[in-house]
Amino acid sequence: MIRLGLRGRGDLAEWRDAARALLRAGVPPTDVDWRVQDGGADLFGLADDPLPPPDPSLSAPTVPAAFLTLADAVICHRDPSRFALLYRLLWRVQGERALLSIPSDPDVARAETLEKAIRRDAHKMKAFVRFKEMGPPHAGRRRFAAWFEPDNYIVARTSGFFQRRFTDMDWIIVTPKGSAAWDGQHLTLSDEPSQKPDLIDDTDDLWRTYFAHIFNPARLKVQAMQSQMPKKYWKNLPEADLIPDLIASAEDRMRDMIDREATQPKPFHYRIRERE
Amino acid sequence: MAKSLKQRLAILSDAAKYDASCASSGTQKRDSATSGGLGSTEGMGICHAYAPDGRCISLLKILLTNFCLYDCVYCVNRSSSNVERARFTAEEVVWLTLEFYRRNYIEGLFLSSGIIRSSDYTMEQLVRVAKDLRTLHNFRGYIHLKTIPEASPHLIEEAGLYADRLSINIELPTDQGIEQFAPQKHPARIRQSMSDLSLKIEAAKEPTLKTKRRQRFVPGGQSTQMIVGVDGATDATILGSSVDLYSRFRLRRVYYSAFSPIPDASSALPLSRPPLMREHRLYQADWLYRFYGFDVTEITSVRADGNLELDIDPKLAWALANRDRFPVDVNRADKEMLLRVPGLGTSSVPAILSARRHKRLRLDDLERLRVSVRKVRPFIMAEGWSPLRLTDRTDLRELFAPKPKQLSLFG
Repeated sequence: MIRLGLRGRGDLAEWRDAARALLRAGVPPTDVDWRVQDGGADLFGLADDPLPPPDPSLSAPTVPAAFLTLADAVICHRDPSRFALLYRLLWRVQGERALLSIPSDPDVARAETLEKAIRRDAHKMKAFVRFKEMGPPHAGRRRFAAWFEPDNYIVARTSGFFQRRFTDMDWIIVTPKGSAAWDGQHLTLSDEPSQKPDLIDDTDDLWRTYFAHIFNPARLKVQAMQSQMPKKYWKNLPEADLIPDLIASAEDRMRDMIDREATQPKPFHYRIRERE
Repeated sequence: MAKSLKQRLAILSDAAKYDASCASSGTQKRDSATSGGLGSTEGMGICHAYAPDGRCISLLKILLTNFCLYDCVYCVNRSSSNVERARFTAEEVVWLTLEFYRRNYIEGLFLSSGIIRSSDYTMEQLVRVAKDLRTLHNFRGYIHLKTIPEASPHLIEEAGLYADRLSINIELPTDQGIEQFAPQKHPARIRQSMSDLSLKIEAAKEPTLKTKRRQRFVPGGQSTQMIVGVDGATDATILGSSVDLYSRFRLRRVYYSAFSPIPDASSALPLSRPPLMREHRLYQADWLYRFYGFDVTEITSVRADGNLELDIDPKLAWALANRDRFPVDVNRADKEMLLRVPGLGTSSVPAILSARRHKRLRLDDLERLRVSVRKVRPFIMAEGWSPLRLTDRTDLRELFAPKPKQLSLFG
């Protein structure tokens, strides 16, 4: 059994280098014990095993491009079994070239479930990051910062979206699973965890006004809201603490609209209608 | 006393919420990485928040003003209403859009307006906001403008250069309904405006002779909205009207909005409101028509009165009314028939087609394709599984219909 520890913070190259060495040495998936390094393991003498040398009798392994695309997403998942799952798929795809086109295969189905979770997590990050302005502009550029809490290691793969969108401003997104920063020239990535900063932005007040008033109290559908915007995101959304009151007052507001007698129009209405 | 920006934002969001559309998808892909500026659209729309009404908040959806010369009975902003009125300047809308966008609250702007002074004057104001966003501020986010009825063609053309999407609301499914409830609107002229826009969009898709480039013109297409439950139209009439709009004017979307109580409602409105479920069923039927190969008449002929079932979805209702078409063999049936199986959809059907090239599928294979086996089981055959003949089952509807309960407060 070969024991291998990876940092496991969404970096495909780290896993790929180890997997390639194992494959070229002909090590079957059942002979590898993949672990996520946690800082303390080494203290107890659980150091990694060295990677085995390549077996010269084996031809160089190849992988379909679709595998790399899949692996690039799956590796970002926090599930500790992701390294083993990907190595099992890599091993199998050497002999079963059509494997990835069989979505009902248990390994493929599992990998696609993880990939889907990553897509959703990244999509929610694009949706729910909230930038707050940090003081006056610096060297002609406005500066913004955001705190976000993703489920998985998706900051690096999602940062390009923010770079392409918020090109003309400086920004930094910090999370417990890494950070990304843009200064107009360079995108700087880190996989180190950050602490939640204190951020206040007065414009949040206008956004909260909009959120409260675009809501139609006559069509309460709380379940529909929560399935798309689960509560775990609420603590970092400036508008979310309005939700309980909006829900609680909705029925009274609707009753009020229904019970109210029709009113008499203002004079300008009659002036307009006379012109017709 | 002059109202603050915040007070006016409250009034003009309240005034805008009855327009259902908040889509920000389906336009061209662009970003500001190489060109500088602010904003991007990458195909998929993004919902940045959800209100407790379950609706996505993707765009800053506001009115430029809620003063209006028109007196459409169902509308919160009609001239005879006593709602509080307010007006933004074009600069204020531009500022709000950019500041909201920078904080990642929104994908862009959906700007509409009450009609003030004249249609052209109002349309000019909307165009100016879009033009300033694009040309003065290099804004590359999403812009949806409402087309003001009767606005001059040159203004619509200019709007189309800056906007991703244009829309004009047909409001009601029948011409009689429009004449009765929106007396200043003219259905024939609304359709003319849709037709003109559709022709311009098609023309812009042709590469020009000189530059060989396609002109950028309303890349997100046009959409419209119908209010459900104000006039007596059946679902068959409503969906028939949608099909007419989709096919004649190549609309991207028809939105359905179940009319709901509004502040200071007119006494000419019906007393009872349609259940929200009716609106949901219309969207499902619309989806079946656009993505599942159904004819609208197949869906609306299930019931004699031309309305959709409220307690079960239209696809299931069709299947139960056409039991002789089942069971469907998941290992042999063509794509068209698989799409008609209740519980199979546009993502599971391609997965089935792909997987069955390599093996014969069993129920547990379907489970791994994220299909709800409980739901599809009565309608399919798979390796090791054949259901009781559907025609022999009398309890099928009960299997799927929800336990009786009140569908909505006024249902």
